[in-house]
Amino acid sequence: MFETFAALGEPNRFRIVEFLRAGPRPVNEIGDRLQLNQPQVSKHLRVLKEVGLVDVQPRAQQRLYELRAQPLRELHDWLERYRQLWDERFDELDELIEELKEKEKEKEKEKSDGRKKKK
Amino acid sequence: MDAKRKNDTATKNQTTVERKSDRELLITRMFNGPARIVFDAWTKAELVARWWAPKSRGVSVVSCNADVRVGGRWRYVLRHSGTEEIAFSGEYLEVKPHTRLAYTSIFEAFPDSPSTVAVTFEERDGKTLLVAHETYSSKEALDAAIATGMEGGMRETMDQLDELVASLL
Repeated sequence: MFETFAALGEPNRFRIVEFLRAGPRPVNEIGDRLQLNQPQVSKHLRVLKEVGLVDVQPRAQQRLYELRAQPLRELHDWLERYRQLWDERFDELDELIEELKEKEKEKEKEKSDGRKKKK
Repeated sequence: MDAKRKNDTATKNQTTVERKSDRELLITRMFNGPARIVFDAWTKAELVARWWAPKSRGVSVVSCNADVRVGGRWRYVLRHSGTEEIAFSGEYLEVKPHTRLAYTSIFEAFPDSPSTVAVTFEERDGKTLLVAHETYSSKEALDAAIATGMEGGMRETMDQLDELVASLL
């Protein structure tokens, strides 16, 4: 999770990931399009590959870099899953709160009934 | 009573989770009850046991202990799918009944990355707005932040990521 974040935190890496949405591309084309030199692109691609955001496919004389969407989806889904966890807990808590409110009311009633009886 | 419950469900209060920074999350929820009741439900061990386990994920509460005073400790143990036990524990840093609570929280499987949680209970017209502010200090979180120096850029990254993922789905 955090590795994916760290990898995407670098603006040029984010641009590479966005560019690869269009489909697999070779290093030189990525460099040309994003105006980065080849060592820079290679370095960024290595980081992206390490965190599983891109994959390499050899094709003829070329090595094509391809986007893997899964880590991105996981990152995106994580907050929503966490929200759902709390939402489920809070639904239970709602019921408990209703129950505690009822109990409080009953106690109040008993108290006032008790007072009436004493009179 | 049944009709009332149905009505409550129809106007269910929204839970929001917001990323404040790379290590901070804000969980916000309104409850239809006074702060003293919400606070009790959040802190009294026997009450926590009633709501803390996400049942739909096959998780149940094994035990809850809470010594709710500054320096006191809490420990909740859950069981996953009938076998695996998962424990969370920590220490109370601040206890202001019905208004504010702060504690450390450790997922015992990863004891080196404790987080701190500050919870505020704000009562208005018999309802209570609960805000839980979680600050993480896990090694991974710190490493990632230090490695990229991206503290300021996190929100932007999340927004861009949302768009990116939307285009992939």
